[in-house]
Amino acid sequence: MKTQSLIDYTLHLADNSLILAQRNAEWCGHGPILEQDIAITNISLDLLGQSRNFYQYAAQLINNSQQSEGKAPSLGGGLGEATEDTLSSLRTERQFKNCLLAEQPNGDWGQTILRQFFFSAYQYLLYSHLQQSTDEQLAAIAAKAIKEVTYHLRWSSEWVIRLGDGTEESHERMMHAIDELAMYTGEMFEPASYETEVISTKQGVNMADLKETWMRKVKEVFDEATLIFPGNIFTQKGGKEGKHTEHLGYILTELQYMQRTYPGAEW
Amino acid sequence: MTPVTDISTHHIWSILEKVTDPEVPVLTVIDLGIIREVTVNDGEVKIVITPTYSGCPAMDMIRINIKMALLEHGYKKVNVVQTLSPAWTTDWMTEEGKQKLKEYGIAPPNTKQLVCHPDLFAIEEAIQCPHCHSYHTHIVSEFGSTACKALYQCDDCKEPFDYFKCH
Repeated sequence: MKTQSLIDYTLHLADNSLILAQRNAEWCGHGPILEQDIAITNISLDLLGQSRNFYQYAAQLINNSQQSEGKAPSLGGGLGEATEDTLSSLRTERQFKNCLLAEQPNGDWGQTILRQFFFSAYQYLLYSHLQQSTDEQLAAIAAKAIKEVTYHLRWSSEWVIRLGDGTEESHERMMHAIDELAMYTGEMFEPASYETEVISTKQGVNMADLKETWMRKVKEVFDEATLIFPGNIFTQKGGKEGKHTEHLGYILTELQYMQRTYPGAEW
Repeated sequence: MTPVTDISTHHIWSILEKVTDPEVPVLTVIDLGIIREVTVNDGEVKIVITPTYSGCPAMDMIRINIKMALLEHGYKKVNVVQTLSPAWTTDWMTEEGKQKLKEYGIAPPNTKQLVCHPDLFAIEEAIQCPHCHSYHTHIVSEFGSTACKALYQCDDCKEPFDYFKCH
């Protein structure tokens, strides 16, 4: 069903941003220096805002489609209509559609930076093209977010270079980060079933077409950072279809604690 | 005779001139350029606002403040709607707003949209220190105390200051 694919795609985009926002927020108060602590949490806030826009839209799509089919509202943990809050706080691990990269642990600063760089380079291309989506709301969210992501990409690229081409230790740590994360990047460019459908209706972006552009950007930054992106790596995937690494469960445990313990709590 | 609605949008705009940004209280919502449309239909006021940043936490507060201000003036049916498109830009900030920012100690945004390119280690924008007016300043962090600001320091008077970054 067409609407279901659009809902899944919108949730996928929302989950990507929410989970990485949550990961980055773990740095709050722990950043290497104050300015960078503020930077990573600002990025977290931008991502959280983007996810809210996508969740609000997904909730609207869900409620409309259930209404038109005469069904009682279901998604939202049986608590009535779907809202941005039910979608983020009451769905389970298998219902989350974020890429595996977003949920990977922070590791050291280098690993967090590299994760952000891989992700921002992907998001930059994604949003650049999503602005032309035939779906007006997705296009509007992307046009809003691209300005923020431009900042994220520039900031994370400069840090990759600074650390890669920095001291012997920072270089080594970046090499380690590449070993940890490179295997999760391929998934971003392999369309899930719902993506294939929204690509055919020009609502979604075909990321497979953009993999080379992404790789060029990574190479360009890596060259300057004296780092090498490994060839021939096994691609870990499944996140987009709800099959996650063990980390997501722990993230959700913390993220959803309040709403699950005190349902409907507000402040 | 059908009664003509006598609520003038002009009056509503004048009320909005007193609603300020909770995080930068010298700026009104008009100064910020986030009010996109004011319409009145059958006594119901509809106000369209747009967020500055996707994650701006002040938006909910601004929405409530707009409703409260209008309620104080007797407008009971107020609908505040958020739109994302076209995306907000600092170019919509009024000249008056920029002046107020400067007096408040925050450097106002430059007009050129330097933020919208992904080039690395670009030459820094010349940002004027809001305290001593020197252009001899440097960036400390591209991210500041709120999503809309970057952190700078003046090389002449040595004061650190916020820059309302162009967007």
